[in-house]
Amino acid sequence: VTPERGTPIGRRVFLALVGLGAAGVVFGARVQDRLATALAPIQAKDPSGLASLLPFGRFRFYTVTGGFPKRDPDVYTLRVDGLVERPFTISYRDLTALPPTRITRDFQCVTGWRVPDTRWTGVQLRTLLDRAGVKPSARAVRFVSFDGTYTESLTLDQARRSDVLVAYELEGEPLSSLHGGPARLYVAPMYGYKSCKWLERIELTADVVPGYWEQYGYDVDGWVGRSNGRDDQPT
Amino acid sequence: MSLATTTSRVPRFDRVERVAHWTTATLMLVLLFTGFSLYAGPLSDLVGRRLLVQTIHVYAGLLLPIPVLVAVALRAGAQLRADLGRLNRWSADDRAWWSRKKRAAVQLGKFNPGQKLNATFIGAAMVVMLMTGAIMRWYEPFSDSWRQGATFVHDWFAIGLLFAIIGHIAIALRDPDAVNGMARGWVSPGWARRNRPRWYAELSDAGVVGDPVGDARARVEQNRREAGMGAGEVPVVDGVDGGAGDGLGEREL
Repeated sequence: VTPERGTPIGRRVFLALVGLGAAGVVFGARVQDRLATALAPIQAKDPSGLASLLPFGRFRFYTVTGGFPKRDPDVYTLRVDGLVERPFTISYRDLTALPPTRITRDFQCVTGWRVPDTRWTGVQLRTLLDRAGVKPSARAVRFVSFDGTYTESLTLDQARRSDVLVAYELEGEPLSSLHGGPARLYVAPMYGYKSCKWLERIELTADVVPGYWEQYGYDVDGWVGRSNGRDDQPT
Repeated sequence: MSLATTTSRVPRFDRVERVAHWTTATLMLVLLFTGFSLYAGPLSDLVGRRLLVQTIHVYAGLLLPIPVLVAVALRAGAQLRADLGRLNRWSADDRAWWSRKKRAAVQLGKFNPGQKLNATFIGAAMVVMLMTGAIMRWYEPFSDSWRQGATFVHDWFAIGLLFAIIGHIAIALRDPDAVNGMARGWVSPGWARRNRPRWYAELSDAGVVGDPVGDARARVEQNRREAGMGAGEVPVVDGVDGGAGDGLGEREL
């Protein structure tokens, strides 16, 4: 009996797979964007929800603290203060009783992933600002998360846009803790890091105070496709 | 425990190989569990403690290649090195194995082609996961595009690994003899002759199995190991008196 011999196919397959992985690092971003566009209609219609587990066109969940903070809607409150005439605190029930605005846009993360056609419901931020009465000295708005760490900022002009919401629903469902519920900021035309999750406080300030990620180098004006050295399709 | 056995045992994986296999397997399961709980929304909500899970994932990932690398480098890793060579080489029989019609006539060596492919994929995936995971964890020097690409590759290889490992376990569970090969290190001669004839023939040629004296010798050693006996204390097995001046009693284990 002759002992085992043969061609070194194992080594070839091994090297091909490692090469595929390396090519994926360099070109994967482009492939992923195309796949996400091509498969979005399938994922939207998949009743099992399994397609949403595939690694494109889905949310990834980030937190800068140890976990996902939870706050019951019954005890959740949002405070608007700083350079305003009439600071106030609003409950979840009163917030959701205000006239709602619905926006459907793509959600784009600065790390590359994009979720097509996300459906948000919330109150326009400018409604809350008007209710508090912004003082002439205020030039910017600062947002504070009840995770105890995260902050964000917008200029007053950005904050007054009609597509900036304090959102409390996503895809028609109350916002889960993972997504930043009970209520979060949603800045439709900007990268996800601008949309402060677990929103607890809105403070009017004289100047823009750079937010959490902006202290680590992200752009303060986080327009999708026009900042952070990226060229994504604007949302 | 009975000291006498009626069947002899064919040594399949030595201790170094088994320790390398099971430590790698344990780390891999930790990585799959922590990885998927970081990835899948509902699971990550359930697990909470994200920072802890992330830390475990990173350390388990860095440790993953260590057992195999150490085992390969050891002097005692000779059989593992030889087996890696076997996993690399594909014979004409291996290629014929993929055809259902030809499969019955195929004479396989120590590994079937499915095992070869599985080992190759998992080995390559370990390199790719380590490389992309490092880019994701220590991202500062890399462009956004590379970070996105690394995440993309890490995701797809993770899904591939999940299926490869589920398949590996499912197929193993259908073959208790094969599991025994990795759990205790030996298989029955019948299994080896039926499923791995070319390997069995190699062992016969080398005198490891097949001849009665060799079989008895292997059995004596095996039984002594199981009984936890030291050298010199030799049990009587199947009528072969290991202590009857044939030198077996003095062999080092």
